[in-house]
Amino acid sequence: MEWLDAIIQGVLLGGLYALFATGLSLIFGVMRLVNIAHGDLIVLAAFLGLAMVNGTGVHPLISLIVIVPVMAGIGYALQRGILNLTLGRDILPPLLVTFGLSIIIQNVLLEVFSADTQRLKAGALETASIAIGEQIAIGWFPLIVFLSAVGVIAILQLVLFRTRLGTAFRATSDDHETAALMGIDNRHVFALAMALALAVVALAGTFMAIRTNFSPAIGPARLLYAFEAVIIGGLGSLWGTLAGGVILGVAQAIGAKFHPGGQILAGHVAFLIVLVLRPNGLFPRTRDR
Amino acid sequence: MSEDAAAYRVARGTAASRYGALVAVAGLAVLISLPFWGGRADMRTIVEIAYYLALAQLWNLLAGYAGLVSVGQQAFLGLGGYALFVFAIHAGVHPLAAIPLAGIAAALFAVPTAFIVFRLRGAYFAIGTWVVAEVYMLSFAQISALGGGSGISLPAAVVKGIAAGRMWRETTIYWTGLAIAVGAIALVYLLLRSRHGLALTAIRDSEEASGSLGVDNFRTKIWVYIVAAFGTGMVGALVFLTKLRISPEAGFNVIDWTANVIFIVVIGGIGTIEGPIVGVIVFFVLRELLADFGSWYLIVLGAAAVLMMLRAPQGIWGLIAERFDLRFFPVQRRLVFDPASFSFVAETQEEDKRKP
Repeated sequence: MEWLDAIIQGVLLGGLYALFATGLSLIFGVMRLVNIAHGDLIVLAAFLGLAMVNGTGVHPLISLIVIVPVMAGIGYALQRGILNLTLGRDILPPLLVTFGLSIIIQNVLLEVFSADTQRLKAGALETASIAIGEQIAIGWFPLIVFLSAVGVIAILQLVLFRTRLGTAFRATSDDHETAALMGIDNRHVFALAMALALAVVALAGTFMAIRTNFSPAIGPARLLYAFEAVIIGGLGSLWGTLAGGVILGVAQAIGAKFHPGGQILAGHVAFLIVLVLRPNGLFPRTRDR
Repeated sequence: MSEDAAAYRVARGTAASRYGALVAVAGLAVLISLPFWGGRADMRTIVEIAYYLALAQLWNLLAGYAGLVSVGQQAFLGLGGYALFVFAIHAGVHPLAAIPLAGIAAALFAVPTAFIVFRLRGAYFAIGTWVVAEVYMLSFAQISALGGGSGISLPAAVVKGIAAGRMWRETTIYWTGLAIAVGAIALVYLLLRSRHGLALTAIRDSEEASGSLGVDNFRTKIWVYIVAAFGTGMVGALVFLTKLRISPEAGFNVIDWTANVIFIVVIGGIGTIEGPIVGVIVFFVLRELLADFGSWYLIVLGAAAVLMMLRAPQGIWGLIAERFDLRFFPVQRRLVFDPASFSFVAETQEEDKRKP
């Protein structure tokens, strides 16, 4: 029973990791960009939520009405203003520029909000749970996070395969030069993809801030979880990313059962095992040229 | 025709490299003599500059030449640091002798690490190396014989065994630091001038082309990765010989051992040997200037690196070299026209002499 409980909690945690990873997976799919500042953008969203909740007293989930469009706007501006300049055949510029951005965001957050650990208070929602049987209880909030991850991925799939924007995303992903010849403005399409990715990041950051303590320094670890979920699931597959997040969450929950310090290590080790056995992930759709 | 061809020769040295070598030897002599006239604080700063210079050269070899952008070199720095403590405390090896052993230990760990991270390419390789470094950090935090998460200190007896008296201990560490910095530059320089260097520069310029011309890209990269791990491990042992204490967070710190190093190389100029030297100077000047402003120096450094990458990806040294055609470390081969041995010119000169 204890193990079943650990696995259930792991699956629900995996929903949060899938949300971390969705944005990373989307922008890799559309423009082959690996954003090293991704984790720090999640933490930035969390701090924006904190500032708004502290400033206005609204419930964290209500703050999403503002935080999601703000992060999307930041995403559009970031892509148009900086990241579009780095895209090309050479992998160094995007890597090093996003790495620089990561360090800048971390330290600006450190200067503005100090190194203290923070938490978003969500009232009764934090502890509300559904009892299943005698020993297992499922928290309402983790369940909401997991279902949000499923919902976000379902919506993104609809956007990708049922809308004109999605067609433009897939066309630039397949061959951005030909897409440009067909009248697609790549710079605008890439910026829209980043905006969409950071809208998801806003959701992920706010959920993370309600679920766990956070501080300016935890961004890189979130990047690694997101990255691991993407690679475990297979590049370019959003449902694969959800599966990757769940596998990572379950591995961490089981690791924590074995040893108090084993949670994060178990997640990393699970990732490395998948990497050795299935280098392209479990459900690959896109090949990394 | 063959005589005409003889008028061209392949040259490697430049005027800058010959004068530069003289200045470098003189400068090194001054630095070696510093313990006899300089202050202890100067010595400490110079050791720090020396190990950052060595790390920057090694990272530049990886990223600038072999195209291996690693964000996980802290793995080998930490491994080298811990190896020093293991050899010195548990095996009774002299701390100075433990430094090369630490390099070998790091290189041995690099083999299985490469087996895993080389499954990822480009940007994914970068994050993969980072994950592996985290795994090493979390694993060392579990080893209670090495102090677990809180770390371990070098016992006083071991420290006293380095050399007799504090002055000689500090001088010995200082000279070791200089030797490692010079060694790292020499290693990269000689490697690049060798046959393997030609392969590496070819890989840097175009992987497809170098592969099609018979360079074994994969093999070359693996070797560079292992050599860089060896050097980084030695630097790790030196770093923690100066700090006398290591913990997982200090040993495997991504900001200290990778972010700073990346900024140094990018600002100075990636893909050149001079670049990291310029970058390390900029880094220490900025750090001194912004010492009172907390984490602002990292923000400024990050912004400078981002701007550099966007506006002048060749770095400060790249700009200087373009403007003045300067090369202090001639690793490339140039075709030089030598008029003295050009037969046509020689004959006309002969004829000129015969004329009254």
